[in-house]
Amino acid sequence: MRAWKEEHPSRRAVGAFPVYVPTELIQAAGALPIWLYGGGGSVEISHADSRIQSFVCSISRSTLELGLRGHLDVLDGLVFPSICDVARNLSGVWARNFPRMFVEFLHLPQNRRSPSAVPYTIAEYRRLLAGLERLCGKPVAPEDLRAAIHAHNENREAAWALLDARRRTPWATDAWETYAFLRAGAVLERETHTSLLRQALAAARERGRRPKDKVPVILLGAFCEQPPLDLIRAVEEAGCYILEDDLLLGSRWFRTSIPDGADPLRALAEAYVASSPPSSVSHYRGTPKQDLLPQRCRQLGASGVVFLTAKFCEPALYDQVLYKERLESAQIPYVHIEFEEKMSAVDTVRTQIETFVESVLFE
Amino acid sequence: MSDEDAGKALQKRLLGEYYQSLGDAGRSGQKVAYLFVPGNVVELLRCFDMLPVYPEINALQCGIKKMAGDLILRAENIGYSSDVCGYVKNDIGLMLSDRQSPFGPLPKPDLLVCNYSGCNTFVKWFEALAHFYGAELFVLDIPYLRERGPSTADIEYVVAQLEELADVCARTSGVPFDRERLKRVTSLSYAAEKLWVDVLHAARSRPSPFDAYFEAVFYMAPLNILRGTEGCVEYYRLLLEELVSRQKEGRGPVPEEKFRVVVEGPPPWPHFRSFWELFKRWGVCAVASTYSKVGGLFDQGVFHDPAQPMESIARYAMNSYTNWNLGLRLDLLRQYLREYEADALIIHSVKSCRSFSVGQADFRDVLAKEEGVPTLMVESDLADPRYYSEAQLKNRIDAFFESLAHRRLVGG
Repeated sequence: MRAWKEEHPSRRAVGAFPVYVPTELIQAAGALPIWLYGGGGSVEISHADSRIQSFVCSISRSTLELGLRGHLDVLDGLVFPSICDVARNLSGVWARNFPRMFVEFLHLPQNRRSPSAVPYTIAEYRRLLAGLERLCGKPVAPEDLRAAIHAHNENREAAWALLDARRRTPWATDAWETYAFLRAGAVLERETHTSLLRQALAAARERGRRPKDKVPVILLGAFCEQPPLDLIRAVEEAGCYILEDDLLLGSRWFRTSIPDGADPLRALAEAYVASSPPSSVSHYRGTPKQDLLPQRCRQLGASGVVFLTAKFCEPALYDQVLYKERLESAQIPYVHIEFEEKMSAVDTVRTQIETFVESVLFE
Repeated sequence: MSDEDAGKALQKRLLGEYYQSLGDAGRSGQKVAYLFVPGNVVELLRCFDMLPVYPEINALQCGIKKMAGDLILRAENIGYSSDVCGYVKNDIGLMLSDRQSPFGPLPKPDLLVCNYSGCNTFVKWFEALAHFYGAELFVLDIPYLRERGPSTADIEYVVAQLEELADVCARTSGVPFDRERLKRVTSLSYAAEKLWVDVLHAARSRPSPFDAYFEAVFYMAPLNILRGTEGCVEYYRLLLEELVSRQKEGRGPVPEEKFRVVVEGPPPWPHFRSFWELFKRWGVCAVASTYSKVGGLFDQGVFHDPAQPMESIARYAMNSYTNWNLGLRLDLLRQYLREYEADALIIHSVKSCRSFSVGQADFRDVLAKEEGVPTLMVESDLADPRYYSEAQLKNRIDAFFESLAHRRLVGG
């Protein structure tokens, strides 16, 4: 990041807190969007303790810690979306502690059924864009936004191509590998990342691995705070093929391309309102997501669901109960694992998953 | 009957009638809407003769009546985590117990109005109720106050949704929407709200005639449950009379008012009395609190307006305390400390409600370290009795007031 800043002294870098932020707007303003995914296991919480309580998720605490230690000084701004009360209030703590930084809280519409949701979202995106224009010192023309949407469309298309390939032939690419490729995009220009993803897909196709006797599963719950990489590996090594997951969901939020036509801002807002994926942080527009899950398992041929939820993540923990109820009615097995950024008990999780795999295989 | 008794008696009668109507809902055929306290749109629901039910108030009542612990465990037994909101679990526990509340049976919802103001958990809560009850859910999205006031786009968005909600209510209840009636209801709300502000301002006097935290939470019940009715206005008229007479006699909630404090955060309902006692013994009187503003920041000039009812409902809904950004909340604390001439700030941080809690440590940091306001921050919970540690709280509170008393003695 620092190297990028040195190479591009006139450009700004603006952070995006998960889950979903329209990073197209940041790119259109000429800044580099950076997805923040917390401190992983590498940061010791000390400064953040005096400003945020211990009963909140790791990602909020470690992100604040990184900020207070000066590790995020490279950012000129930070956008928090309306995903939960903790992230929302963290935006306020951030604004006070980093007064020189451009800090914005984006209230995304929760009532996506209302015809007024689109005009509201457009107004909210305009507000964010106006702030970004001030930060970057230049007005954003429609062609800037169209170019950013185009770059994001290509990036999401490449991400989905990789994920779709894994779903069809999960033995060819491990989930932890695709995760690492997607995660790299957090700090790269869209175009650079897109080319990396395309190379990864081409390489996976040439690998020639053979299928193993593993249990195909859907992995759900880690859409915001990210589990340690070892944990994803442990799920696979314990005998699962992860056909689908919601890791890094926001960076590939849309499944189809956003039209980059005459009114790109409207297209971006309409896409959020009409085409957001099922998520714990966005109220459903049609069928509740717990009702869709058993159907999705059948469609994919998944034998079970692995819930990976971050400790203290309220949106995931509430949905979990509803998901479980529907899975039980549909007689689909599941296992629930709670994680933190800093966790050492990966072996315990491995055993838990192995037990789950055995129970599925011998059923 | 003294003024004091008259106010209390009226509150008891009105709330008794309300709970009776909840018990009778099955027989009366009246349609039932569940909704939340912050930013609630009860004025609109009254126009359709819908019976409002407030799960948060049911949860706090269960807390006071010592039922919350068991109900929370029932919810945890079906998979709710120990780390999620105790109010939600209390409500799920009630549902699993055939909705037998301390005040009698509660009706099932016909409509869930998720007036989502200042709390994302509200959405998850009513998604769960919609799942379990199969009732229709309307998510009324109230944008967070990210700047100093609502923007035109925010107001238009909320008003448009209110119009859509009115259609849903008309369909559910079979009662057509009468806009004249909405004007009458909002004018009753306005009358009660003005009186309530006078009540709050009475705490400016020395001694304060009432405790603006421990007593205000009961005084605000009619405003949250019965707003938009004549009984509600009458209650606040009687309450104000009572406080004025207490003021004249120099009577307050503690025999001698030694410390005036501002309180931030909800109370620990399952241990309400004992928590209050920890302060009373030091002659502490709360002169302002933020919890009494979760149902509306009327003292900041936000009122229902019969001249523009829908727009005023939208403005009201965006201006509940926890829907304000942290900068505004911090300014409000400063205002209260100044306006009510308080000696200290008490922060009661609750695990259940991150909407309230996250940011409080930062408030403490600014006010105590940078602005020299004596600040005490203690932790427990609003609903879950397991998080209340009396001995630990007592130690902290005693040490804090001992040091304040000492400081006063040496003229610091």
